[in-house]
Amino acid sequence: MRMNLNSYKLSFSIALVHLVSKPKQTIIAMLGVTFGIGMFIALVSLMTGLNDFTEEITMTSSPDIHIYHDITEKRSSILEQLNPQGLNWVHHQKPKNETLRLRNASQLIDLIRKDDRMIGVAPTLSSQVFYNYGSVQLNGLILGVEILEEDKLFDLQSKMKEGRLEDLLSYHEGIIMGSGIAKKLNIKKGDRVVITTPQGFTKTLKVVGIFQIGIGTVDNVRSYANISMVQTILQQDQAYITDINIKVKDRHQAKEIAKELQAKFIYKSEDWETANATMLTGSNVRNIITYAVSFTLLVVAGFGIYNILNMTIYNKMKDIAILKAMGFAGKDVRTIFMIQSLAIGLVGGLIGLLVGFILSYMIAQVPFDGGDIINLEHFPVNFKSKYYVIGIIFGVTTTAIAGYMPSRKAARIDPIEILRGQ
Amino acid sequence: MTTQSPYVLRTQGVTKYFYDPEKFQVLKNINLTVNRGEFLSLVGKSGCGKSTLMYVLSTMDTDYEGELEIAGERLTGKKQNELAQFRNNHIGFVFQFHYLLPEFTVLQNVMIPALKLGKYSNSEIEHRAIEKLTLLGMQEFAHKRTNKLSGGQQQRVAIARALINDPDIIMGDEPTGNLDSYNSNIVFDIFRELTSAYKQTIIAVTHDDEFAKKTDRVVVMSDGKITTN
Repeated sequence: MRMNLNSYKLSFSIALVHLVSKPKQTIIAMLGVTFGIGMFIALVSLMTGLNDFTEEITMTSSPDIHIYHDITEKRSSILEQLNPQGLNWVHHQKPKNETLRLRNASQLIDLIRKDDRMIGVAPTLSSQVFYNYGSVQLNGLILGVEILEEDKLFDLQSKMKEGRLEDLLSYHEGIIMGSGIAKKLNIKKGDRVVITTPQGFTKTLKVVGIFQIGIGTVDNVRSYANISMVQTILQQDQAYITDINIKVKDRHQAKEIAKELQAKFIYKSEDWETANATMLTGSNVRNIITYAVSFTLLVVAGFGIYNILNMTIYNKMKDIAILKAMGFAGKDVRTIFMIQSLAIGLVGGLIGLLVGFILSYMIAQVPFDGGDIINLEHFPVNFKSKYYVIGIIFGVTTTAIAGYMPSRKAARIDPIEILRGQ
Repeated sequence: MTTQSPYVLRTQGVTKYFYDPEKFQVLKNINLTVNRGEFLSLVGKSGCGKSTLMYVLSTMDTDYEGELEIAGERLTGKKQNELAQFRNNHIGFVFQFHYLLPEFTVLQNVMIPALKLGKYSNSEIEHRAIEKLTLLGMQEFAHKRTNKLSGGQQQRVAIARALINDPDIIMGDEPTGNLDSYNSNIVFDIFRELTSAYKQTIIAVTHDDEFAKKTDRVVVMSDGKITTN
């Protein structure tokens, strides 16, 4: 064993001498890897930062699973029901006049709450409203919620700018308003606001809090009130619930669970991935771009290493021949050149990680104006160590592959052809 | 070193063909026995097969028929890696060109085969390398880069490197072919001293008749056969 170790040590020191004696070549090969890894880290940090940010937005704006009565869902016509075997054609069938009500909502909720895959179940009903501001009416949406259950789903507590969630419980005729609409109405905590439903029902509510989620389309229209309050303004009974929102323990199971619930309860049950398909497509496209660009950069760096190593081996033919004559086996020679390419990959890669970190740190300082739509001051950048590990593995693997072919060639050099020379 | 037999190298019926550009028998039934401590020169006209024979003897060329035995070990049919190990341990080489590694110092060049063998500790190897360099009068250049030396000096370093693992045989392919007569004589004298004082076996391929004449035994080859033994 000692002999083996010695032989590796010797191969290592020969490899090192080769690298050091041609510093320019070595540095250029390393720069290729450094550039590749650095760009990979910078790109992946920014892209995953953006992805995480959009995912967070989708999380705050849509529940994991949303159960509602989809009255636009295609239904079979009477003709089809009567004559299922026939060739039926009903042109432009319209929805029936159905209520949005979820029947037996409280039983549904009890059933769902018993399922231990769920964290929170929040019954909701919503209504279009007009917020009256002097003679001006602003369009908006009021949600009737069990505010503490809603907090479990969307972490509202952390989004409160003024007031507390609990105040809504103690004050039946209270309302918590979005920061955008509150600003437009020039309203502060404690003020009163008059709302009107499309049916013409008018009510004065007291503002007990103001929230800001960070998405303009939500903050500019939404407000929360107690369920019973909204039932009153809609002139409906105490069992009137239009939506059930669910938070599950594992978000990635939402799709399965949603299917299960839909089969069980008939009502439309939609998971967050389906509801936000467009946003998630964006994430996927960004991921593909990141990995495609980084892969290309690293392949280019790999070709650089391949070339440089080939050149080195060509220049070192005589050395290789004499080493083989003196007792170096093919694998010892291969080791010498593999060590060189791995050293280039490892050192270049580590510097690349540093460069990538500095680049992403700089990107994170760039101001980003999200405007009214999203509340964002700088580019969102990820600093997860996972991507640094992927980066270095990626870099070393590329150099190992690029170095293997020339190294194998060196191992196969026939010493006689070179030493006979003449 | 371990065997008590008087011979250190023996071939039986070594035959070899070249296939390119057409089949051609380059070695014809070579039977050669070399005794321990013998200074042997292998001569012949260009193309007679003397170099080819030497590379078969060196174990680097394995594409032949017949038997090869060195230091009591049958080498025919062994794998490349085993043969590399064997060369490291038992054979030293001196070529027409010195083939020293240009990035290393004289001392490091001499040490490399011993480091590869790993029989001694690093400090012992260094000590032994200095010893060999002293034997060849090159100790003062130990820490110089090899490309700073003259041709004769480089060849002497190459000989020191060939000696470092106390090989059973030193094989030379035109060891003086690239040297002027002054340096040729120095190299010859070194070989002479190694054989007489240290019982070192040397086989040298040469076309330098002066050199050959002074050796213990001259083997003449012609058309792939040994004609004078």
